[in-house]
Amino acid sequence: MSFVSDTRADSAVPQPPSSKLVKSTLAAVLRIFLPVLLALVVGGLILFAMGKNPLDYYGYVLNRGLFSWGGFQATLTRMVPLLLMAAGLIVAFRAGIWNLGGDGQFLLAAVITAALAPALIQVMPRSLMIICCIVVSVAVSALWALLPALLKARYGINEIITSLMMSFLGISFANVLVKLVFRDPTTTVPQTPDLPVADRLPRLFDTTVHAGILIALVVIVLVHIMMTRTSFGLKLQIVGANPRAAVHAGLNVAWLTIATFALSAGLIGLAGSIEILGVWGTVRADWNPAYGLVVVPLVFLARFHGIGTIGFTLFFAILMIGGESASRRIGVPQHYVLVLVALLLLFLALVEYLDQLWRKRVKD
Amino acid sequence: MDVLLTQSFLTSLIFGAVTAGIPLLLAGLGEQISEKAGVLNIGIEGMMLFGAYCGFVAAYYTGSFWLGYLFGGLGGMVVAALVALLCIRLGLNQIVIGIALTIGFEGLTALLHYVQFSRTYPRLSPVPTLAIPGLSDIPVLGQALFNHNALVYLAVLLTFFLAWLFRNSFIGLNLESAGNKPAALDAAGVSVLATRSAAVLATGFLAGIGGAYMANVGAGLFVPFMTNGAGFIGIVLAMLARGRPVWVLLGAALFGISLAMTTALQVAGINIPTDVVQMLPFAMVMLVLVIFARHSVLPPALGLPYVRGER
Repeated sequence: MSFVSDTRADSAVPQPPSSKLVKSTLAAVLRIFLPVLLALVVGGLILFAMGKNPLDYYGYVLNRGLFSWGGFQATLTRMVPLLLMAAGLIVAFRAGIWNLGGDGQFLLAAVITAALAPALIQVMPRSLMIICCIVVSVAVSALWALLPALLKARYGINEIITSLMMSFLGISFANVLVKLVFRDPTTTVPQTPDLPVADRLPRLFDTTVHAGILIALVVIVLVHIMMTRTSFGLKLQIVGANPRAAVHAGLNVAWLTIATFALSAGLIGLAGSIEILGVWGTVRADWNPAYGLVVVPLVFLARFHGIGTIGFTLFFAILMIGGESASRRIGVPQHYVLVLVALLLLFLALVEYLDQLWRKRVKD
Repeated sequence: MDVLLTQSFLTSLIFGAVTAGIPLLLAGLGEQISEKAGVLNIGIEGMMLFGAYCGFVAAYYTGSFWLGYLFGGLGGMVVAALVALLCIRLGLNQIVIGIALTIGFEGLTALLHYVQFSRTYPRLSPVPTLAIPGLSDIPVLGQALFNHNALVYLAVLLTFFLAWLFRNSFIGLNLESAGNKPAALDAAGVSVLATRSAAVLATGFLAGIGGAYMANVGAGLFVPFMTNGAGFIGIVLAMLARGRPVWVLLGAALFGISLAMTTALQVAGINIPTDVVQMLPFAMVMLVLVIFARHSVLPPALGLPYVRGER
């Protein structure tokens, strides 16, 4: 920005601070909700083209995902892995690192937990077993991300590609582990030995929601505080904003890159581990919920803001849970949610672009 | 172990490698054109998938494989046009849009397939092959290499044509400068945006044909999510080839072999879970990246939108 334009900005008519605040809040709300609205509208048009009534579909989704007690509990339960994965992505994205290998990291942690838990519960109390499972699974996920991290830190190889490749590799490897190594010999369909319901994460009060939701909420708040209020978080943000400047500021960028990757993958691994300890208790062969890429737009919508992510995760969990039952009842396949996610990302980028254009025009 | 060396095993392995490698070759060549021009095309997976869907539907209703390829290529170009509009015209983040297009066309093709065929997966008739006289009579290799659908030979010829084009024509020069120093191209009076848009459309066309080949020839049917990372392998090929098409061909052959292992081992009667074999191509990618990491080169302006007059 040049000196001339600075003075021009100063000489502009000063506005009362309250109206400015209202305006900026309104703009922020618009920036967030306009993409959501546009995505729902265009998504609705697609439903219409398929010969379905979009209002019926959205109404059904809201009903099943939010307004029915059982559905709402399922929604809260679904929020747990989404929140933890979002936490992992926030760490990476704020540091300017594209960890897109979430699916592989998630599944490997899930399989390790599913293999360890039934064995460990024989020899130790539940709380200790849960801690052991989580620690080992998180370490495995972090280790799985080491190769992309090293390639990025040492040779500057694009981490999008390497983390995706490791993800495909991880998904197949998790299947190999389920089918060949940890298979429960007593079942016909290949799966790991079942962890009894009594030994899983405790349920909250009289609901079906497990304690993982508390862990997830605490983790996302902690991650937010770490990224915005600690020197480590600030260092990561500098690396993300301008790696070259970070080098000149004396930061060890290679080391920070590796640490970011480990932390990000570790959090995603935590999501996998808790999903098994809280909900499934076992991993079946070929099970892959594929949350990895769909969490990306949520994190973007929240502008990498940890607390803001909670709201969007709730929104998306409602869509998923409602969509799953709509696919059985209304005959709209589950894949429709993928289209909606893509539309969200698209309109998010478009609205951002228009916003910048508008601000530039205001400034001139 | 001697069963591995029987004629039928080798023939089916190499034949399968060519069939599996051609989509990778086309995707890799396409991505190479984009990357040369400075566009990182993460959406190539979506282009392949939409190409596969369009190509399959066209071939299914017309019965013509050539129309299948044509519509596959056009389908890929539709996705590419979105990239050109959003990333090149408007300068939106190429990675965000790339992810959006990949996820979106995964979902959209699955929806379209569901609307059209419900839960059935109709098959196409076997693909016509063109046996090259003389060469196809060579034992083992002849049937494996020289008795394919005509598109295979065209794709290989395209590799050498692109090598010539990149090196010896002004088009190659324009592409190169759009990726290395877009301002210079602009100063020379050539539109950076038009050059990049053309490059991305070419990518979409090739990736779409690759997808159509995968569906119509490789599988004989369309299954949602069937590309399963082939587009991303194409990106790796382009990265490692450092702008040289012949290296994409070699890479595609390498990954084709590892993809073909699954069926070939089953022919040989060796039964290991498909998951183990499915790991092969991706493990190969990582191995190749680790070994040749320092040699992969990308243009400096890759992924950056071009705005005239901006530093």
